[in-house]
Amino acid sequence: MRSTDTVRIGSGAGTSDDRMVPALELSERGDIDYLVFECLAERTVSRENLSRSKDPGQGYAPSLHARLRMVLPVCIEKKIRIVSNMGAANPVGGARAARKEAADLGLGDVAVAVVLGDDVSSLVQHKGELRLIENGEPLESILPKMISANAYLGADVVCEALNTGAPIVLSGRVADPSLFLAPMMHEFGWAYDDLPKIAQGTAAGHLLECTASVTGGCFGWPGKKDVPDLANNGFPFADVKADGSIVISKTPGTGGRLDVMTCTEQLIYEIHDPTAYITPDCVLDISTIALTQEASDRVRVANATARRATPTYKVNVGYADGYIGEGEVSYGGIDAVARAKWAAEIVKERLKRQGFTYDDFRVDLIGMSSLHDNIDSRPEPYEVRLRMAGRTHNRKAAHAIGFEVRALHMHGPGGAGGACEPRVRDVLAVKSILLPKSMVNPQVVVEGTL
Amino acid sequence: MSVRVYDLAHSRAGDKGNTSNISVICYDAKHWEFLERELTVERVADAFRHIAKGPIHRYPLRNLKAFNFVIENALAGGVTISLAQDIHGKSYSNVMLAIALPDPK
Repeated sequence: MRSTDTVRIGSGAGTSDDRMVPALELSERGDIDYLVFECLAERTVSRENLSRSKDPGQGYAPSLHARLRMVLPVCIEKKIRIVSNMGAANPVGGARAARKEAADLGLGDVAVAVVLGDDVSSLVQHKGELRLIENGEPLESILPKMISANAYLGADVVCEALNTGAPIVLSGRVADPSLFLAPMMHEFGWAYDDLPKIAQGTAAGHLLECTASVTGGCFGWPGKKDVPDLANNGFPFADVKADGSIVISKTPGTGGRLDVMTCTEQLIYEIHDPTAYITPDCVLDISTIALTQEASDRVRVANATARRATPTYKVNVGYADGYIGEGEVSYGGIDAVARAKWAAEIVKERLKRQGFTYDDFRVDLIGMSSLHDNIDSRPEPYEVRLRMAGRTHNRKAAHAIGFEVRALHMHGPGGAGGACEPRVRDVLAVKSILLPKSMVNPQVVVEGTL
Repeated sequence: MSVRVYDLAHSRAGDKGNTSNISVICYDAKHWEFLERELTVERVADAFRHIAKGPIHRYPLRNLKAFNFVIENALAGGVTISLAQDIHGKSYSNVMLAIALPDPK
């Protein structure tokens, strides 16, 4: 039960590959007003840009169909509004797909407000002098290979989309916490200069943006940090009031846990300077925040502070950067590690003899050194899996790694087993620039009738 | 005698580009000062010497009885081009938890 002056915002996805069913449970049993699906990883927009270049109708998150088909009946019935960045590289295409899903489900003409303007690829074509944040090189150095350039838009334009009244809002690139802050600004009329409220809303968005990470997922540790019924863990929501007071909780009747410990882990997640977490909406200071357990699975968030937003948008520039090739094979029993090490030398020699070179190359012994390196300090395991990987601009060289590793079955040390098929994938690299906000033009269009 | 960070705190790793951030959160606030004194940037740099080039920054978060360690050049060039298995460095919190410190007693 909740009071009528509270707006409840639920988190339905924290990545494009997030689990599906918890969002339905949240919609059916969570008594929420808004359901937010955050579905874009750093390179997702680049990948979807490539899909769109092959088929102009594609380019939105492929999971849009399954997610909306699952939740639309209950969301339309209960008047739960959906906010999502599943529009990816083609928000208008995503909106049309969403409307078709609704029509096919017999829900009629469902309007979708579309957020546009994050795609700044044409604009930055003429801004080669801008410096890449990561290495200080000019943007020019990657422009010829550029696939996409998208600004992280803020809550203001998403709020504008909500103001249209459309049941669904779809965007491309929007900063994750902004997707959650937008419904608060829409409901309570918060403006950017109301910094204490913008700070609270941004902190809540950050706590919710990774779904189950705040409800015991990515947390549990047997005997040390036990999580009840983790298999059935539920997704979180925030109860927000007009004065900026916020309580985080989760779908009733689900597993998992939500307490000060889980919230603290999520609060610090992907933060650098805790006093300056930069979003398009503000510069949040999490160091002042107080988290208190109010009831079982209910944590109050208080005292978030913020400074005014910076005058720039962060822009992710995606570009093609060659290929990564990989192969794996296993050794077990006596001298497993010695055989795996010998095998790696043989493959390297064979690649060299074929004239293949690599920008980066790596040998892992899975079971010993693949995660944290430092091979000399590890005890030898009973069995070990050799993994070899290389990055190159030559596709044949990339393929040859997995090919030669697989060939160890017949042409390497004794007892190699279980090699995988050679793997090759395109590298979609991402670097970033800062673009003055005044040069970007976020806007809203509506697909369908309101 | 020594304790591990694991005995006093929990931890999660996150990624942005080629930088890893690793939280260290006390189970009990009374251990915060001990960790502030002993869990130095130098000790963390030593534990990560095979993984990261650094530099490393430590941000104390007293309100949250926690610390945030930001480790640069830690993700084999960054998530999008890394050849590592764990491209995000999600498992790095376990390197932090294994760091041994002098016994607090």
